[in-house]
Amino acid sequence: MAAHSLSPSLYRLLFAVKYASLHSRCCAVHKKAQYSTIYNPSEKTFEKILIANRGEIACRVIKTCKKMGIKTVAVHSDVDSSAVHAKMADEAVCVGPAPTSKSYLNMDAIMDAIRTTGAQAVHPGYGFLSENKEFAKRLAAEGVTFIGPDTHAIQAMGDKIESKLIAKAAKVNTIPGFDGVVKTAEEAVKIAQDIGYPVMIKASAGGGGKGMRIAWNDEETREGFRFSSQEAASSFGDDRLLIEKYIDNPRHIEIQVLADKHGNALWLNERECSIQRRNQKVVEEAPSTFLDSVTRQAMGEQAVQLAKAVQYSSAGTVEFLVDSKKNFYFLEMNTRLQVEHPITECITGLDLVEQMIRVAKGYRLQHKQEDIPINGWAIESRVYAEDPYKSFGLPSIGRLSQYHEPLNLSNVRVDSGIQEGSDISIYYDPMISKLVTYGATRSEALARMEDALDNYVIRGVTHNIPLLREIITHPRFISGDISTNFLPEVYPDGFKGHQLEADTRRELLASAAALYITAQLRSQRFLGELRVSSSPVECNHWELCVELGEQRHVLEITKSGNVYTVEVDGGEVEVSGQWDLASPLLPLTINSTHKMLQCLSRDASGNIVLQYLGTSFQVRVLSKLAAELNSYMPEKVPEDTSSILRSPMPGTMVAVSVKPGDTVAEGQEICVIEAMKMQNSLTAVKQAKVKSVHCKPGDTVGEGDLLVELE
Amino acid sequence: MAAFSVARSSCGFLSGLRVSFRSLAQVKHGAVAASVPQTSLLRDSRWYSVSHLSVKERIDKKRKAALIGGGQKRIDAQHKRGKLTARERVELLLDPDSFVETDMFVEHRCSDFGMEQDRNKFPGDSVVTGRGRINGRLVYVFSQDFTVFGGSLSGAHAQKICKIMDQAMTVGAPVIGLNDSGGARIQEGVESLAGYADIFLRNVMASGVVPQISLIMGPCAGGAVYSPALTDFTFMVKDTSYLFITGPDVVKSVTNEDVTQEELGGAKTHTSVSGVAHHAFENDVEALLNLREIPPPFRECHDPSDRLVPSLDTIVPFESTKAYDMLDIIQAIVDEREFFEIMPNYAKNIVVGFARMNGRTVGIVGNQPKVASGCLDINSSVKGARFVRFCDAFNIPIITFVDVPGFLPGTAQEYGGIIRHGAKLLFAFAEATVPKITIITRKAYGGAYDVMSSKHLRGDVNYAWPSAEVAVMGAKGAVQIIFRGKDNQAEAEAEYVEKFANPFPAAVRGFVDDIIEPSTTRRKICRDLDVLASKKQVNPWKKHANIPL
Repeated sequence: MAAHSLSPSLYRLLFAVKYASLHSRCCAVHKKAQYSTIYNPSEKTFEKILIANRGEIACRVIKTCKKMGIKTVAVHSDVDSSAVHAKMADEAVCVGPAPTSKSYLNMDAIMDAIRTTGAQAVHPGYGFLSENKEFAKRLAAEGVTFIGPDTHAIQAMGDKIESKLIAKAAKVNTIPGFDGVVKTAEEAVKIAQDIGYPVMIKASAGGGGKGMRIAWNDEETREGFRFSSQEAASSFGDDRLLIEKYIDNPRHIEIQVLADKHGNALWLNERECSIQRRNQKVVEEAPSTFLDSVTRQAMGEQAVQLAKAVQYSSAGTVEFLVDSKKNFYFLEMNTRLQVEHPITECITGLDLVEQMIRVAKGYRLQHKQEDIPINGWAIESRVYAEDPYKSFGLPSIGRLSQYHEPLNLSNVRVDSGIQEGSDISIYYDPMISKLVTYGATRSEALARMEDALDNYVIRGVTHNIPLLREIITHPRFISGDISTNFLPEVYPDGFKGHQLEADTRRELLASAAALYITAQLRSQRFLGELRVSSSPVECNHWELCVELGEQRHVLEITKSGNVYTVEVDGGEVEVSGQWDLASPLLPLTINSTHKMLQCLSRDASGNIVLQYLGTSFQVRVLSKLAAELNSYMPEKVPEDTSSILRSPMPGTMVAVSVKPGDTVAEGQEICVIEAMKMQNSLTAVKQAKVKSVHCKPGDTVGEGDLLVELE
Repeated sequence: MAAFSVARSSCGFLSGLRVSFRSLAQVKHGAVAASVPQTSLLRDSRWYSVSHLSVKERIDKKRKAALIGGGQKRIDAQHKRGKLTARERVELLLDPDSFVETDMFVEHRCSDFGMEQDRNKFPGDSVVTGRGRINGRLVYVFSQDFTVFGGSLSGAHAQKICKIMDQAMTVGAPVIGLNDSGGARIQEGVESLAGYADIFLRNVMASGVVPQISLIMGPCAGGAVYSPALTDFTFMVKDTSYLFITGPDVVKSVTNEDVTQEELGGAKTHTSVSGVAHHAFENDVEALLNLREIPPPFRECHDPSDRLVPSLDTIVPFESTKAYDMLDIIQAIVDEREFFEIMPNYAKNIVVGFARMNGRTVGIVGNQPKVASGCLDINSSVKGARFVRFCDAFNIPIITFVDVPGFLPGTAQEYGGIIRHGAKLLFAFAEATVPKITIITRKAYGGAYDVMSSKHLRGDVNYAWPSAEVAVMGAKGAVQIIFRGKDNQAEAEAEYVEKFANPFPAAVRGFVDDIIEPSTTRRKICRDLDVLASKKQVNPWKKHANIPL
């Protein structure tokens, strides 16, 4: 009650005291990847902000709001009712069922939530309604502040053709190309010849690679024109096309800008986002290894010119393509907070969300361009629930049965909106977190990233840590020799995981064998009273057979204390550690080097799955006798029962999610049966094409009834 | 002695050639006739006499003969089938060099059908018996030798098994049987049958005294199946083991059904349809390696007993009609996520199995909301009851996770005797005197609430999660009865939900001891188990109870 009766100013004063002490700590060790700017509590701000988003970005915004003493309102769909962002906020409002179109994109429900909670401003995060001018207009109509740029800036930058025209007018380098709408294929060819091949044909309203074609000659131009216009019409309902020069092997480098409502604008340096798959960023860093200060300044100044040209306010990003000669061309402007904003925060010390809120409240920028530093180096890895072995990442879903972020390490920042027990569902983006590491130098930041990835415990869903770790340790990445084609160039046959060398292979085998023996020895240490006394076998020398892939290795192991000396393939490996069999992490000292392995599973049959150097490897450890006898065991062909789906129980069909001809992924929902007032989701056991469907919603089915046949 | 000397004297004339044993497929299941060779050839003789060899040499010779069982040819045939020999199995199951064999010199005593001939005598006969250690713990083992007369059971064979069972009971050590036998030794007739009965009697006498485990690693047919059926756990090896009363041929002639061995009595049938077997393993090696870990003993533990499990706070879905996986809860709570599930493919609406809590072995029973809403039916009741009784017999504490909407309705269930079978689970929980800890995660409706180790059945510690609903039935049904004829059913339903769809009605009456945060469940169970370690409870003296079989 006391806190409530305090006057606002006193309340803020209390905050000031609290954060001043925090600040002094932050300044002393900027290492913590914290903000160097301090929130000024005497500055009047919003009392309550609604965050129209979910996941990590909602949590990110709430954190800053809490720092500024602003009350927060989260919106969530029904499946997100116990999500982290909903729990973190002071208030949470359910805005609809799981599909985004009915919840996070449901403007009516969100407007209702704003009215009922009395939020004065809305932070849209990224995605969803962040670049939706309609939403911004509706907020303005109700007198609610949109924490972002004005509607006209959103509109101007939202259209590719218009934004290019504005950029050109603002003297920003643009890709040579045709500024208008291309009408016919022949016109397209003529323009293409003027610009010079290769050219890119793309939809004016497009994004995400849809309606884009690259043409290297006249013939391809005609074809590309036809395809792109069709695709654009069907995807965006708008078949306007534009043609521009295609930049081969470009880098994707973007400039963060920050502008206020008083005509001031700053550039907050660049972010290198060239490592992409399917036009989505995977690893980002700031600053870029490629830019010199002259280019950086030129790019920054052009970005600011563009921002000023559209009277931009709030944080925004100007994306450029940079060719090998450091020519840069304007690509587009994102009128929102970017996913990868943390790396800019790390090197500049600015809290971008705080700045956005200040600007939205109408304050002038606190900084001058010369105040903006580049302190150290920051790298961001986007950790996704994806299978990196399938076209560099196909979404996977599941429940995070175990989840520990590597926050025990210094200079690590993890932006996430999930926790142990969270579901990664089909409804939303499969991003688990943004893992950011920071260092005085790039190599320091990279080394920390390696550690952080090795220490990151994720169980229950397939994740892309194997790929991330391979990227950041790849010689080409380390030398800075990257482009947007990095992944297909480095892994032309697809990503296959870490390839073991002779010595790392030996280390892995030795670690698995040592772990196996540790578990065996532990099995003999009984507690409690046994009626017949046990007689553990005293032994400190073993001969084991370890299978890894197709190969078999004979290992000789000697134990003294916690140290195992393993002879394998003619080499000797010394492995020691604490050997905590309950921990998912397995910190080992291998040949006097510290290595962090993870034990993913271990069973009585000798199968051990270890994560080593980011990739998981399955090994089988057997005693010499068991290995010998195992050779008599027949190879089994797995029985295929996966192509028929039968009803496991009597009930009523609630939904059938597939139709003949559909391709279903493993684990994808096929239908839902309600039985005993419970909804049971039946899923595909394998990836296959649907051959026939024998049920429809509303049907009553008996146990064992044939529901769906797969091919 | 007479038979022995006759056999010996005949050796000079008939030196034995062991004809490779006819493949079992041609022999009717349930009984095996040893094919006795009629020809005599002077090869591979077991020729020996007192005058030529000293006793020591004879001992060595017999030992050697015992070690190769039915001979290299049959060993190769066994390997070709993807099976290990009796001795290889014992060696793999037990700690290195720990096997102490008994009755290596025992031979069968049959003198009919030419069985008395020396070449038809195999030292040790068709079974290897003895004791050994698994991770240092004493166990008694018998392993039937398919290479000797197809592992058929002679009087001597049975006698050997009975001997080690008697010893196991005197010292209190588990008995592990590795079954690989064509059936009775037909030449011995009733003696073989007597042998089975002797084993059955010991199985029954040992039941509840020492744990008995059967691993079926080959055929096991006819009367022989009742020995595994009487033991505590029956495990099978996929593709190479069969259990049936009568084989496919007899089935065809009697009921005119066409069925393969695998369909009739293979591992898949028994682990998913009949519920005869408790688990199936891929092959001999996996089966034996896994058997070393069952049931898991109380041992050193690295998993902190006070570990919080935050993921449990969000595991029960918001809507009470939505399913979740009870295994997620179990694995998150137990030591090192290690849960050895018993009967994972049978009556999946209940989950039973072994795990450890702070190193201590516990039996876990849980309703599985993911399958048939976790209701109790005939099969799940029987599965649960048998497991609870095993735990009670061997002093293993029972932890029960309850999310049960009730017993499954329907004619199939009623005609099948759900009343009788459901009573088994009720009986088992009520009778058990081991520490009993119960956690109601969500629904505990009707009679099923009482059955699932409730406070009323002497549950030692009963917890409810905040998501618990203890009531006679779900809201809709209840409202139709209580507020019959009331216009505003929705309002009535809301009132009922407000009153009963929460843990309070049970908590205010003391039917649950506490309402706990799910994340603290592991910590609480571990502490309770420490306290309950000294629990002493005795049922009234009786000759035995009369469980509704």
